[in-house]
Amino acid sequence: MSHASSDHAHEHKPYQQHHFDDMNQQTQSTLLGIWLFMAQEILFFGGLFVAYTIYRIMYPVAWAMGAATQNVWLGMFNTVVLIGSSLSIVLAVNAARHNQRGQVMKWFAITLLLGAVFFGIKSIEYMGKWEHQMVPGLRWDDGHALHTIQEHAGHIHGENEAPMTELPEGIQLYYSLYFVMTGMHALHMIIGFGLAIWIMIKNARGCFNSEYYPHIEYFGLYWHFVDIVWIFLFPLLYLV
Amino acid sequence: MNESVQSEPKLNYLNAGNTVKSWLLTVDHKRIGVMYLVSIVFFFLIGASAAALFRLELATALPDVVSNDTYNKLFTMHGILMVFFFLIPAVPGVLGNFLVPIMIGAKDVAFPRLNLASWYIYMLGGSFTLAAVLFGGIDTGWTFYTPYSSVYADSNVILAGTGVFITGFSSILTGLNFIVTIHKMRAPGMRWMRLPLFIWAQYATSIINILGTPVLAITLLLVVFERGLGFGIFDPARGGDPILYQHLFWFYSHPAVYIMILPGFGVVSEVLACFSRKRIYGYEFVAISSLAIAGIGFFVWGHHMFTSTQSEYAALIFSILSFIVGIPTSIKIFNWTATLYKGSIELSAPMLYTLGFIGLFMVGGLTGLFLATMAVDVHLHDTYFVVAHFHYVMVGGMMMAWLAGMHFWWPKIFGKMYNEFWAKVGSVVIFFGFNFTFFPQFIAGYMGMPRRYHVYDLTFQPFQMLSTAGAFFMGIGLIICLVTLVASLFKKENCGRNPWKATGLEWTKADSPPHPHNFDGPVVVDVEAYDYTDERIYQDA
Repeated sequence: MSHASSDHAHEHKPYQQHHFDDMNQQTQSTLLGIWLFMAQEILFFGGLFVAYTIYRIMYPVAWAMGAATQNVWLGMFNTVVLIGSSLSIVLAVNAARHNQRGQVMKWFAITLLLGAVFFGIKSIEYMGKWEHQMVPGLRWDDGHALHTIQEHAGHIHGENEAPMTELPEGIQLYYSLYFVMTGMHALHMIIGFGLAIWIMIKNARGCFNSEYYPHIEYFGLYWHFVDIVWIFLFPLLYLV
Repeated sequence: MNESVQSEPKLNYLNAGNTVKSWLLTVDHKRIGVMYLVSIVFFFLIGASAAALFRLELATALPDVVSNDTYNKLFTMHGILMVFFFLIPAVPGVLGNFLVPIMIGAKDVAFPRLNLASWYIYMLGGSFTLAAVLFGGIDTGWTFYTPYSSVYADSNVILAGTGVFITGFSSILTGLNFIVTIHKMRAPGMRWMRLPLFIWAQYATSIINILGTPVLAITLLLVVFERGLGFGIFDPARGGDPILYQHLFWFYSHPAVYIMILPGFGVVSEVLACFSRKRIYGYEFVAISSLAIAGIGFFVWGHHMFTSTQSEYAALIFSILSFIVGIPTSIKIFNWTATLYKGSIELSAPMLYTLGFIGLFMVGGLTGLFLATMAVDVHLHDTYFVVAHFHYVMVGGMMMAWLAGMHFWWPKIFGKMYNEFWAKVGSVVIFFGFNFTFFPQFIAGYMGMPRRYHVYDLTFQPFQMLSTAGAFFMGIGLIICLVTLVASLFKKENCGRNPWKATGLEWTKADSPPHPHNFDGPVVVDVEAYDYTDERIYQDA
């Protein structure tokens, strides 16, 4: 472990907190903390992925039809947007490493912009579900849902030629999980927005330099994590 | 408290500031520990009052004190408050916060502000749960089983569920803080195999907190969504599977048993070594067995579901794994007993609680094996046998360990020694009261009395009456204990640095109560843990 005896021990930087012996200890501690936080996030989403897997095995037809009603192109576009925002946040971290405060601002702004585009698209998708009365519990109508599914997923049922007359069993579970999973992902993005704005304010005040920019780096890790969750959600909810 | 502190000129964490603000905005782990102590005792007293009321009802076979509805709400409130607001945070929140940094020679936990935030999150969750109680209560049982909780229950499931959800993050963040602290903040020379066993126990607990609690969080969130918004994830009418809820719930809630008991194991190791004047027998095995329990404990949850349509092969594996988790647990019991062998045992108040713990926990653990046996469980499932079993583990084990720890470190936390005679009286009364309360329940349960019934067959009346009498006896013991401890705060004289002549940095290098930065100067560790053979370690203090 890092001890007070190491060479940097007594050059106390202004951003070193008093209870740490040196900067190295502080940096290593926060890094470990952030990874442990990620671990608990994985378990948090893990519960949802378990529910998804069980119900998908129980109701394969509902899952196929539910996925068919999604607009794959919008989902694809959003995936690209989020991957783009991952790139921009990497560039922000890189700019911080090179002490370019203005560049940090620029890349953070672009990240926020891409996040906003993602939200715009997501709300178009949510609105569509609302209009077609396909939100379980809040606004659900069997007739409307059946109609929409016939329109989009008629081809899945096409094997035995008879027209589909009732909803597949478990279809509401698909939509419930769709809203909870994408909703929890969106909540993490909203929290990310708040963090990003806080970091931008700190950056504007000149709190960071090329030796000290942990907030920016850890925000980058968090943002990548949120992206990765989407990278799993997109194929699970739209494609398969 | 303030008057007595002012008579001591020396700066410590208690007299470092007297304003309310200096407490509410403190980032000192010791003050946060004391804040946890006050709030946890508060929730404990509410949970205990609920138990007193329904125990009164159960004294007779007829419905006479409360209605069946109120009865359901009382045992639910008792369960939720005791599990989530007392048992889980008791040792980590109070003793863990106070001791983890001091025991490893650090100035504070790795993230002091996050630590304060954890306390606020705990209080926020507690407020939601209390609101659920005040606005008419909740009657689902602490397990929130669906579809009753999500569709049929006519009580405040959303409020209570949100409360438990929020409080979960307090455990997660405390766990995160402890793991980072133990990894990165150890003083020079404090190698892993020199760590006090209390630290090993906190470390294992923190791992479960980080990996288990988020699953409970998302599960309860799904129940809240289902009830509040009408999403039908566990609703059988729409194809949902209530058994999935049980799997997700127990995936956390069985490991949660280890979240509750592991820190207690840590306390017991410390107290036992001190009052046997011996190093814990097989230190390495006791240390590693905590990690083994944390690991295996994640794969035994199915033993709660032997009777709920689980496949018998799954049940078989869960049964075997439940027996396996008994191995590291019994390693601890055997090693503690071996530590006592030829030790110079001093029957102080903390030691009495600890010896009580070993006996009671062993009964609780062994009856757990009965329940892990599938055929036996079919007979005993949902009877008072189960109630008695987990109270032997949770109250006989965990609460006794917590009280042992509170008595052991009380002089360190407040700098005052309590009246030892009354503390011993308290521990003996609690021990007997506890056994009178819960031993009859083993028999009633074996004879077939189901749990959670407020009216029952006359055959069971003698057992229930004994149980109620025992509960009030135990209540008297708890009051004696509380009064003894609080009365010590008004004493004038300081107990000195090391009243028990114990090893460990908190006794040998820190004042009672400790300095705001814990130690006067940098700490270097050059001795093994529990070296009671070398008097110089604990005599110079």
